[in-house]
Amino acid sequence: MSPPVRQTLPAVRPKPTLAVFKFASCDGCQLSLLDCEDELLAIAGMIEIRYFLEASSHFEPGPYDVALVEGSITTPHDAQRIQDVRRQSGYLVTIGACATAGGVQALKNWADHEDFLRTVYARPEYISTLATSTPIAEHVAVDFELRGCPINRHQLVEVIAALVAGRQPRTPSHSVCLDCKRRGTVCIEVAQGIPCLGPVTQTGCGAICPAYDRGCYGCFGPAAQPNCESITRQYAATGTTGAQLIPLLRNFNAAAPEFRTAGDRVAAESSSGGGA
Amino acid sequence: MSETRTIKVEALTRVEGEGGLHVTLDGDVIEDVKLSIYEPPRFFEAFLQGRPLTEVPDITARICGICPVAYQMSAVHALEQALGVTITPEIRRMRRLLYCGEWIESHALHMHLLHAPDFFGADSGIELASRFPDEVGRGLRLKKHGNELLEALGGRAIHPINVAVGGFYRAPRRDELQQLIPDFEWGLDAAIAATRWVATLDFPDFSRDYDMVALSHPDEYAMNEGQVASTTGLRIDVTGYEREFEEQHIAHSTALHSVRTHAGDDGRRDEESCYHVGPLARVALNFEHLSESARRVADEVSFDASVRNPFQAIIARGLELIHAYEEALDILRSYRPFRPSRMEYENRAGEGCAATEAPRGLIYHRYAVADDGTVTAATIIPPTSQNQRQIEEDLRDWLPHILGNDDGQIADDCERLIRSYDPCISCSTHFLKLTIDRRPQ
Ligand code: SF4
Ligand code: SF4
Repeated sequence: MSPPVRQTLPAVRPKPTLAVFKFASCDGCQLSLLDCEDELLAIAGMIEIRYFLEASSHFEPGPYDVALVEGSITTPHDAQRIQDVRRQSGYLVTIGACATAGGVQALKNWADHEDFLRTVYARPEYISTLATSTPIAEHVAVDFELRGCPINRHQLVEVIAALVAGRQPRTPSHSVCLDCKRRGTVCIEVAQGIPCLGPVTQTGCGAICPAYDRGCYGCFGPAAQPNCESITRQYAATGTTGAQLIPLLRNFNAAAPEFRTAGDRVAAESSSGGGA
Repeated sequence: MSETRTIKVEALTRVEGEGGLHVTLDGDVIEDVKLSIYEPPRFFEAFLQGRPLTEVPDITARICGICPVAYQMSAVHALEQALGVTITPEIRRMRRLLYCGEWIESHALHMHLLHAPDFFGADSGIELASRFPDEVGRGLRLKKHGNELLEALGGRAIHPINVAVGGFYRAPRRDELQQLIPDFEWGLDAAIAATRWVATLDFPDFSRDYDMVALSHPDEYAMNEGQVASTTGLRIDVTGYEREFEEQHIAHSTALHSVRTHAGDDGRRDEESCYHVGPLARVALNFEHLSESARRVADEVSFDASVRNPFQAIIARGLELIHAYEEALDILRSYRPFRPSRMEYENRAGEGCAATEAPRGLIYHRYAVADDGTVTAATIIPPTSQNQRQIEEDLRDWLPHILGNDDGQIADDCERLIRSYDPCISCSTHFLKLTIDRRPQ
């Protein structure tokens, strides 16, 4: 289930205005903008940054032509605030796994919320938080989603440049595997038997993990039409246990529909004794 | 006749994460100072339970995008202690190198884009760049070097993927690190120039009598390990940390505060007191272990271990930037790929704790693991939680100096002091959502 993605671009001013909003997150995705050391000053010349608390003490009220939204919805207050952000924003781009799939904090969706509160806080009654962490698209219409935990800053630059130029951003949706081949990395699954989510994970990172001798843990979320069922059955058949597969599918994009379904299926099969 | 004034900073800017400040004044009497964190809780300590311990460095990295390495390093050390794993000197050296990358990236960011604008009345580093293109441009290049080092060794700059319990998934190839050397040679000189520049800033005349806490190591500038030491005489192994420091959940407060509960033998035993962690504390406790050029620049700009002006933390960051470049260069120049890149271990039940020095101060982790390698308990105490009460105390002392200004200026001045701590509010493993009691006026 992908969010409604707007196909046409809104007409923006010659110098579009930009706002960066944060919800529940680590700040890593908006930091990616400051990590564009070479392009930062050029970007600041192309767009007018009107709201970006991490970078500037000066902020102006909306409306904004483009909003970058980081983080997921985890509190009643934020569920309200995102409506407000939507109203003020022309083109709304969600950035990162938190905003597009609920992020690592969505792991609480599988747990007893009251238990979680008690584990972390001495006085749970002072906390106001929802029992779930949900992506932005479950609350408001989203115009473009940029994946990754964290996002790739080159893709962020592409999105901003595209919006300034008035075209659709181009980001690939193929799997990490393909980039492994391009990069010339020997498949670690085939060669070393390490379970790897590369076949079902969207590229964007440049296939880093296999190049560093480890399996992909899916931080860019599901690729286009991933066959999660087939890959988990294959890994189960070659000896990977449910206890290994479930956390692999349930981490930073645990609530992305394809990973969620696969993780839940493996969990159900493992507990019914049917093997992973 | 006194009148109640309320000064609010609704949203702190140029800090990581989200927080606000609430000050209540009755005439010139400061009634209340609250640094508030409205970052939504994310429950890391809860959902780590039941996860395989191998994932802990990946998951805890996601607590903070600015200092993921600090979370990874404290986590792997604590888990290795629980498992009884001893790492090789090569792995230890490479972990220091990774930490150098994070210090360079984070310090350069804070100095140039977050803190320096305050000294020129600029709203952002981008605005500052139009007036000081060379200085800000240089800062961005330094920041980029830190990121490049993190990418080469860690796989990527934000949330590195190459850190494992036991070591690294893969040792970098020689060429991957060697190609950084020319940039780092340039960067060492540039870091010295940047530090000289920040030392010329106009600092408010304001010093405090801090109880400063940092790791301390007999042979090196403490980064990844050491004893927990304080300028008031504490010196304990990290295993004793939770006996001396305590996180409190206070009804009227907006966030967990870490306090020192046992202040050593100066008579304050069993009292609670605030303490200061971060670069100023590290320099105060470990000055003699700073690299040669860092000490030379410190002399030149008259900065030494006795400095207690919170605004001058930017100079301490500069000195650490120089140090990190020098140490990184030393490791890069002598680098040879090493084997094993990662120590093998058997899962076993156990408990371990560790502390390292995040760019913004000491960070403490403790884990318990079961014999099948799953985590059964996790405690994570980030630097901002430790500095919070100290920041409030600083503001109480700082406010009388600025009360003559209008409310907007007072708010700016307060924010400036908070920013000198580089608080990393998204490190909110367990901060509270706050409600503010507004005093009727
Ligand atoms: S998606 Fe990942 S990197 Fe981005 S804010 Fe969330 S936790 Fe941080
Ligand atoms: S986990 Fe997968 S998507 Fe994420 S960086 Fe590694 S290879 Fe790329």
